[in-house]
Amino acid sequence: MFRDIFNLKSVGPLAVVFIILLFLPPIIPRFYIYILAVIFVTALVAMSLNMVVGHGGLFQFHHGAFYGVGAYTVALMLTKTSLPTWVGFVAGPIIAALVGLLIGAFCVRLTKLYFGMLQISLGSLIWAIAFRWYSLTGGDDGIHGITMPSIISSSKGAYYFTLIVLAICLIVMYMIFKSPFGATLQAIRDNPERCEAIGINVRRHQLIAIVIATFFAGIAGVLFVVVEGSVFPDLLFWVLSLEIFIMCLLGGWFTFAGPILGAAIMISLRTFVGIHTEYWTLILGIILILLIFFLPEGVWGYILEKFGRQAREVVEGGSD
Amino acid sequence: MEFGQTITISALGSQFLVGLSRAMILFIVSSGMSFVLGVLRVPNVAHGSLYMIGAFSAFSISTLFGGGSTGFWLALILAPFVVALVSLIAERTLFCHLYEREHLMLLLFTFALMLILGDLVKMVWGADYRSIMAPELLRGSVSVFDSPFPRYNLFLLIVGPLVGIGLWFFSNKTKIGKIARAAAVDREMVGAIGINVSWVFAFAFVLGCFLAGLGGALVSPMVSITIGMDHDIIIEAFLIVTIGGLGNMWGALVGSLIFGLTQSFGVLFWPQFAIVFPYIAVVIVLTWRPKGLLKSVW
Repeated sequence: MFRDIFNLKSVGPLAVVFIILLFLPPIIPRFYIYILAVIFVTALVAMSLNMVVGHGGLFQFHHGAFYGVGAYTVALMLTKTSLPTWVGFVAGPIIAALVGLLIGAFCVRLTKLYFGMLQISLGSLIWAIAFRWYSLTGGDDGIHGITMPSIISSSKGAYYFTLIVLAICLIVMYMIFKSPFGATLQAIRDNPERCEAIGINVRRHQLIAIVIATFFAGIAGVLFVVVEGSVFPDLLFWVLSLEIFIMCLLGGWFTFAGPILGAAIMISLRTFVGIHTEYWTLILGIILILLIFFLPEGVWGYILEKFGRQAREVVEGGSD
Repeated sequence: MEFGQTITISALGSQFLVGLSRAMILFIVSSGMSFVLGVLRVPNVAHGSLYMIGAFSAFSISTLFGGGSTGFWLALILAPFVVALVSLIAERTLFCHLYEREHLMLLLFTFALMLILGDLVKMVWGADYRSIMAPELLRGSVSVFDSPFPRYNLFLLIVGPLVGIGLWFFSNKTKIGKIARAAAVDREMVGAIGINVSWVFAFAFVLGCFLAGLGGALVSPMVSITIGMDHDIIIEAFLIVTIGGLGNMWGALVGSLIFGLTQSFGVLFWPQFAIVFPYIAVVIVLTWRPKGLLKSVW
């Protein structure tokens, strides 16, 4: 089964990128190491969102809430309790998935926009609590200076940690994507009525997908704390959720790896355009509009469509 | 927290009126969003930015005319038209080419528009806090339920229903309003009988944005006008139109009342967590009635 899923055609390019990334830190400046680590974290949260949006067809409008819950869980456990660090690292995704289960259970009863709106209001509740509960969460200041074990506290340590966790998560996500469950989910996305008719429990599948996706979002939240060493309520605000959503659309939400590219584009734009002008969102807006008009399938979707065949032939030729 | 001591009937009463006047602003803004949502079937994420532009233009127009009473009234009339013009340009140059596309693409477009308009506002008006004075007539307060109630809020309580009546008259009694409502229900049919659907959409979009601008202009003497005022209103307007029933104007009114009143009573009961009450109300409404309170036009 493993060989069926992971053939050279599908994961070859990603594996090459992974190996290149492994050898990058000694030769690039520290700032770039940090930016790449931020991209890994954001790519993971975008990928987790795409599991429900791209593959599941759900309007998961407030995914950032689960990302933030994961991050806040770790931050609170490391600053308010004396439990070992790894407990916090495990608790982050689990709490995020539990919150995902709770919110998801409310939301799957609804469809499309109503689903999205209910999720926004439930997520905003979490945001409001984190924003106002000064004694626990530090309110709008957030929690800063969270110390990490020495092995991952350096920027290189954080880089390798996030990269490896991202790689593992991607492998697991890909297996889910290619599993019977993943296929069912995509079938539900394309035609929920027909799936219902052939006896698939649509809501249960959607709920399971939400729980899995929010679990991965929780992992991304943990990684965020590893990279940044702080949390703040903006993580839970709906604007961030919308940004993550846009990353999926930008990269190509019907593809598997598109959101990674979307996250990379978004973070790079913010960082490098942001250095030159304070009006980086203007540039981002213009780029988005150009994309809507010229690359509606997303960047990765476009690349696959345009160069897919040639790329595949090259890989096949090389493997002989 | 000692409830009995602090909360009196008069406090409840005046808080009720404050909530009601807040609801009027929310109604004007969200009815505009509801109109766009009903006809175009797209949640306009840039709606809040247009509201912000409305407030900033009101500031500029009122300053231009000396900041007195004339300045204010002119601002109130002209600022929505500035916003309508901005939205007309955006619609005719870009948005109108996208109607055949995937729905999420339209959403993405309005998001891009929000990003662009947000930065344009920053370029034109800067990041400072601005404010305008209400005209002489609407300053100060009157005594209602033995407690002072701002006259400006009273003014809002008059304007809100007027806008509601105007909208009702427009969508039920005028030809273009009827066409727009028909387009909301079945756009192919409207196109088939020879009406230019693209212009109907443009019209609905511009009218919705006009209402956002009007809301911004109306709120401008009550708040400090600043970058970021778009973020709060947009999410509130979204939730209001959802709990009311997508695209239903009266739903927007009911939703606004729920939102405004839970907000103002929340301040009275538990100030620290006042912002959570409207969200809780939304959760209750959507759990109880998944399609919103009133009939959605979809």
